[in-house]
Amino acid sequence: MADKKIAIIATKGALDWAYPPFILASTAAALGYDARIFFTFYGLQLLRKELDLQVTSLGNPGMPMPIPMPVILQAMPGMQSMMTMMMKKKMRSKGVASIEQLREISMECGVKMIGCQMTVDLFDFAKEDFIEGVEYAGAASFLEFAGSADITLYV
Amino acid sequence: MSDVVKELDTSGMSCPMPILRLKQTLGTIESGQRLRVIATDPGSQSDFAAFAAQTGHRLVESQVEGGKFIYVVEKR
Repeated sequence: MADKKIAIIATKGALDWAYPPFILASTAAALGYDARIFFTFYGLQLLRKELDLQVTSLGNPGMPMPIPMPVILQAMPGMQSMMTMMMKKKMRSKGVASIEQLREISMECGVKMIGCQMTVDLFDFAKEDFIEGVEYAGAASFLEFAGSADITLYV
Repeated sequence: MSDVVKELDTSGMSCPMPILRLKQTLGTIESGQRLRVIATDPGSQSDFAAFAAQTGHRLVESQVEGGKFIYVVEKR
């Protein structure tokens, strides 16, 4: 069991898209997998000490809306933070863990977090803004692990 | 037969929290001891069986009682 490996690439910095990598990595670790997440581009937002993740319905016609709303209204100022607030409220009411909570459990369970060094340089991110315990590496390092992984996912 | 030494209530929690709490709590008991888990997540029925199948811990009991799911897991 201990030999199984899962390699996940997290590329999105939205609240809803933050869930799949952390849910799968933490559960895999609980099942005895060696789990690693490689955070690249907007995925690096998921490693910030202070998370400010949002959801947007723009370009996402599948998002359930409480009332039907024309896209142009969905683009109005304040809509994104309102939708984020409503989504977080809904998640809490349904017992869905917060990203902070899932991320903390993932770390506790031994999930390895790897930040993409190129993205850090590209956007001039400060590593002090990211949580402790993150390693920084590039494509070859990810592929070395992913090449021997049982499951590889791109989120 | 070993007795249940601990109880874990995951009522109200959604996937994957019941499994993560199960894993964490199994870490606090000894091999051969049993843990009783209460869950309200309907997905826990297949997830607890899958957890047992993949980790080698034994799912001794799995039942529904008044809208709640009750499991007994024996630590490997």
